[in-house]
Amino acid sequence: MRIAVTAQGTDREAKVDPRFGRAKYFVVVDTESGQLEAVDNNVNLNAVQGAGIQAAQKVAALRADAVLTGNVGPKAFTALQAGKVTVYVGVVGTVREALEKFQAGQLKQATAASVEGHWL
Amino acid sequence: MKIAIASGKGGTGKTTIATNLAYAAAEQGRLAVYLDCDVEEPNGHIFLKPTVDEERPITRPVPQVDASLCNGCGACGQACQFSAIVCIGDKPLLFPKLCHSCGGCVRACPTGALSEVPREIGTLRIGRSGQLGFIEGRLNVGEAMSPPAIRAVKAAAPVADLTIIDAPPGTSCPVIESVRGCDMVLLVTEPTPFGLNDLGLAVEMVSAMKLPMRVVINRAGRDGKTREFCDRNGIRILAEIPDVRSVAEAYSRGALIAELSPTYREGMECLLDALGQGVAR
Repeated sequence: MRIAVTAQGTDREAKVDPRFGRAKYFVVVDTESGQLEAVDNNVNLNAVQGAGIQAAQKVAALRADAVLTGNVGPKAFTALQAGKVTVYVGVVGTVREALEKFQAGQLKQATAASVEGHWL
Repeated sequence: MKIAIASGKGGTGKTTIATNLAYAAAEQGRLAVYLDCDVEEPNGHIFLKPTVDEERPITRPVPQVDASLCNGCGACGQACQFSAIVCIGDKPLLFPKLCHSCGGCVRACPTGALSEVPREIGTLRIGRSGQLGFIEGRLNVGEAMSPPAIRAVKAAAPVADLTIIDAPPGTSCPVIESVRGCDMVLLVTEPTPFGLNDLGLAVEMVSAMKLPMRVVINRAGRDGKTREFCDRNGIRILAEIPDVRSVAEAYSRGALIAELSPTYREGMECLLDALGQGVAR
């Protein structure tokens, strides 16, 4: 299983970035192999609009099965659903802690967006 | 002659000037039309009290997908610069409110799965106030982009001797769309630091568009800074509306100040003449 965590840095000790669309990095961890990949989200960080949608597309393209983050807006949530990526919100701490909680089944799957959209 | 009434700051008196000028022109027997391009908050109707003969939807094209023709190649999503269409999984996902109606996705689609359909974004109201033609655009609540609605208002305008365009405040796209193609821009300002600051921004915008401009000072009083600014920038001040209670009361009743007294009506006529001379030159 591949888990994407929105992060402010590129490794397991990086803090979880509470923003989904405008997260600094996506840290993707393969739970079987333990392999870690960090993807820069700089393009979306500075996007005028549609950052959440683009980010969802990126996460889906990274073949993530789930994403762990702080908040997800309505358009990003719709896009993640279309990409068959399950969403976990309200995640805090480091990437390592987030993954541990996820594997211990302590995170709750989101069934809707956790925040309002921007402008639209 | 097309005259846009604009301002940097909101609430300076654009609609007051626009409705009164349009009214005065029609009273003179000129073929005049008033266009309310402040589509996010059109309120010229409060003063002109038009009879509306026709209402029709304002639409703009957005893509729709024929799933039977789509092969999920994602070319549409790559073409879209606004994330209004993205390919996630095996089919495109549409976000119509983000769409800028550029038609790029339709052209990019290799299988002809995309076509454009009209999406309603507001309402056009067309009528008359006495002899004055009246057209208003009203953007639906929650719509983010007003320029298409403003274009619809301008496109619906009949040929007239005088077209008065009531522009939205500010200096961004909606204002530029309203002002574009006009012969003259009349900037309404108020003698406050906010009014002056935003007048400066509006002057920059109109200069960039290379259009002639004039200024009217509303609620004019002791302040000399607006006058200084206009002198320094070579912009003519055509009129000052005094800061008096009778004008404010008329406004609060939804009345035209040109109807208030012959002085104001003549003032509006003089303003029209001065604007006409500015265009002729």
